[in-house]
Amino acid sequence: MGAGSKLTIAVVVAAAIGVAGYLGYQRTAEPAPHAGPPTARIITQGQYANTIAYIFGEDIQTPPQFPPVSRVEGLLALGAAEASLTPGVVERFYRYGKQVADQVMAPPRRAYVVPCGPADPGAADAACARQFITTVGRLLYRRALTDSEADTYVRLAGESADSLGDFHEGLRFVLSGMLASPSFVLITDRLADDPGAPGAARLDAYSRASRLSFFLWNSAPDERLLRAAESGVLDSREGVETEVARMISSPRLRHALRGFFADMLHFDEFENLAKDNLIYPAYGPGVSGDAAEQMLRMITRHLVEEQGDYRDLFTTTHTYMSQSLGAVYQLPVNPENAFVPYEFPDHSGRAGLLSHVGFLSLHSHPGRSSPTRRGEGVRESLLCQPVPLPPPNVDFSNFEDPAGEFKTARERLVRHSSDAACANCHRITDPIGLGLENFDGAGQYRARENGALIDASGDLDGIPFDGALSLGEAVKKNPATTACLVERLFAYGVSRPMDKEDRPVLDYFERRFADTGYRIPALMRRIALSEAFFAVGQPVAAEAATASLH
Amino acid sequence: MARSFGRRQFLKGMMAGSAVTVGLPFLEVFLNAQGTALASGAPIPTRFGTWFWGLGMNERIFVPRQTGANYDLPEEIAALAPVRDQVNIFTNFNATTDGRPNLCHYTGWVVLRCGAVPLDRTDLPGQSVDVTIADAIGRGTPFRCLDVNATGDARDTYSFRGRNGYNVPETSPASLYRQIFGPRFQDPNSDVFVADPRIIAEKSVLSGIIDESAKLNASLGYEDRIRLDQYFTGLRDMENQLAHFLEKPEPLPACVKPPEIVEEYPKGVDYSLVAKRHELMTDLLVMAVACNQTRVFNMTYANSFANTVKPGYDKGHHTITHEEIEDPVLGYQVMSSWFNRRAMESWASFVKKFADFPEGDGSLLDNMVIYAHSDQNYAKIHSISGIPMFTAGKAGGRLKTGIHIDGGQTPGTRLPFTLQRVMGIELDAWGVGANRATSDIGEILV
Repeated sequence: MGAGSKLTIAVVVAAAIGVAGYLGYQRTAEPAPHAGPPTARIITQGQYANTIAYIFGEDIQTPPQFPPVSRVEGLLALGAAEASLTPGVVERFYRYGKQVADQVMAPPRRAYVVPCGPADPGAADAACARQFITTVGRLLYRRALTDSEADTYVRLAGESADSLGDFHEGLRFVLSGMLASPSFVLITDRLADDPGAPGAARLDAYSRASRLSFFLWNSAPDERLLRAAESGVLDSREGVETEVARMISSPRLRHALRGFFADMLHFDEFENLAKDNLIYPAYGPGVSGDAAEQMLRMITRHLVEEQGDYRDLFTTTHTYMSQSLGAVYQLPVNPENAFVPYEFPDHSGRAGLLSHVGFLSLHSHPGRSSPTRRGEGVRESLLCQPVPLPPPNVDFSNFEDPAGEFKTARERLVRHSSDAACANCHRITDPIGLGLENFDGAGQYRARENGALIDASGDLDGIPFDGALSLGEAVKKNPATTACLVERLFAYGVSRPMDKEDRPVLDYFERRFADTGYRIPALMRRIALSEAFFAVGQPVAAEAATASLH
Repeated sequence: MARSFGRRQFLKGMMAGSAVTVGLPFLEVFLNAQGTALASGAPIPTRFGTWFWGLGMNERIFVPRQTGANYDLPEEIAALAPVRDQVNIFTNFNATTDGRPNLCHYTGWVVLRCGAVPLDRTDLPGQSVDVTIADAIGRGTPFRCLDVNATGDARDTYSFRGRNGYNVPETSPASLYRQIFGPRFQDPNSDVFVADPRIIAEKSVLSGIIDESAKLNASLGYEDRIRLDQYFTGLRDMENQLAHFLEKPEPLPACVKPPEIVEEYPKGVDYSLVAKRHELMTDLLVMAVACNQTRVFNMTYANSFANTVKPGYDKGHHTITHEEIEDPVLGYQVMSSWFNRRAMESWASFVKKFADFPEGDGSLLDNMVIYAHSDQNYAKIHSISGIPMFTAGKAGGRLKTGIHIDGGQTPGTRLPFTLQRVMGIELDAWGVGANRATSDIGEILV
């Protein structure tokens, strides 16, 4: 498509959607964006699952756990842009692709996934194969297949079909191969000439579609968004506004929030979370999965359905309950329903995210609570405040308790404050965690530990609290809470860690976040429509990468 | 900024790696002195494995009093009695931080795996020895390397190709079984061999897709181009693997496809669960080696922060190493030692299963070497000087066994240096700075 026709379409679309949205967009208020380098990130488990579900159906099984990547500035999504692609990693994606292709091409599903019937199911059918391959390939690769790709894949499908005497086997192998291709597994920013700035480059339209889609849906672009990219709609601000409005009003926005909060709150660690069954018999094998799901449901209901203030996540009493969670919360739950809405009563001592079994048990030991881990969880995940690592040569003799005289965690941990090497870090974490000590390592309520009444008082950066309810209020009032959310969400959207050059635009987003009463969908819209969201610089050349050595 | 800081280390690792060269051609290297051969006449290859356990030892009940052969077995390693003569133990070897921070439960194993000290916890300044060896000898089998763990946690591996480049372990016996002995497995002792037309088709399609992908010219930066190249290397590996399944394998009388494992074990690191996973996966590794499916493998028994638990005891192993007081009479941490003993039981059983499996004139273990080590000496204080290490196996007649070697505070990297040379990697020295090894541990060489 030529530049002229793109422009024509852009003008027509702009006229069609009206100018109200454009006038409402306060472009002048956004500081000049900082452009990071283009990235190539490994598709995450959530993005993979959502994409496959969109293309082939919700019931296709995808692997629950992908090869681990490092957490970079609090987010696995940023680690996915740096992780090496060792043979072991590539082998996993090859394996996953086969598993998906086997399911897609098994009868009866293939009858409705393949949009045509072969003339002879025991032989090649180039026309039908091409229809399937180009349709599905475009959705998987997030761009139209090149002519060479389409021709090759159709030929390969035909050769396999003829040699095996089975049309669908040919498609199965090609689909499996496409799912292992770097064009699917690596989400790669591609650059195109920027018509508005001769000599400069910008993200091409397909890459912009992907950036929007993975941010707002945690999934690859749908058919309509790809068309918008191809027709030039995404070249205009109005076109982007239309698509962003559509995407934010879609139920798929929940997938984005689930993906983002699961990353920010370290939900990957639920994969291996188990509790000591002798100490916590109520915390059976199904609990950790339900505990994660309970939080994700609570978060998406509050932020999307109720359009709630982000800060109220730390104080709201609305949540969900399942049968297996009921055992830990010590509640009767209707066994007919997997999850039912639930309201924490006043006497429960619970409200907000921090008092959920998921948060409490994730940041604990298998057989006991850990105020240090819980405090670290709040500081690092929710306030973006890294906690230093412990020194290697800690002298633990201060904390030894041969006579068993320490009844509570507070008594044990207060010893840390007597040792300067420990106190510097433990005073960052422990006071927060001690506020949650009315919940044991499984997240069950308790008033006493070893017979001693628990003192759950403390202060968070100057705001006093006594127990989980007022700790939630203190987190809500902490300015770092919203600043952290903005920083993490924007970094997640552009898939790169933040620099100091990003500070002005982060401050801008934070002010706008406050203006909307801390509504996250509004913040996501603001980010998606910002210049900063699509801003991208040139790739880092070998010389520059080497120069940074010195 | 953390990002550029870490990438610097990645490049350094690449440069360090480029110094490694591969030695003699495979067939010459792996004919042992006696020329022991399989029934088919093919020489028996020498295999390499690693075994890792976290949290070290209680020195006074772990380190044998006697050096040399017929060493004594203090109580923490008493479980090694049935395999002592197959096992060397290496104590009082040094790992140093070389002026960098001692990153708890990290620096020690990184040094013993790649010879260099990491700057921070994201830093892996080189590639692990198993990777170097697998690249040299692993291409002759369907699996260049098999990486497995007994913890069930996909993050637990000590095999890596540089920063952000961990290999991916199999974490469940059922999944490991499917990988090795699934539908693509070719029984080497079957009378008939027919190349599976489905594998032919699969390989042909994969090759075509790789070729098409390689035509794309993405606007990538330097490091991302390296990553894309890695991706193609990985896909070519898959292609090679499929090619192996299309060749008639050499007959291997000892190879018997094991009974299928379908049971998925619950998650968690209850010690008995860890031991069970370890046992099942060891059985599969033994048969994977006997069936020539791989020549290199890694087993992680427990990670370096091992929080292995004993039901009813409220602290996990790692917490115990820090909080448990030394028994005033016995002079060591009793509960911590309890966990170390469980690790040594699994290590002994690992060795024994390879030792009990016949091959040629001897055992599978005779034709391999397993390198085992921990991350700390005394975990309570995170000491990395004197991290305990073992080897098991005679490496096709190149190594002596049953010896206790006191390293006299020389670099611990001498052991992986020696083992790489035994495996045919041509090296004059290995490691960086104070951890640079320039001399073999001659006491174990034949």
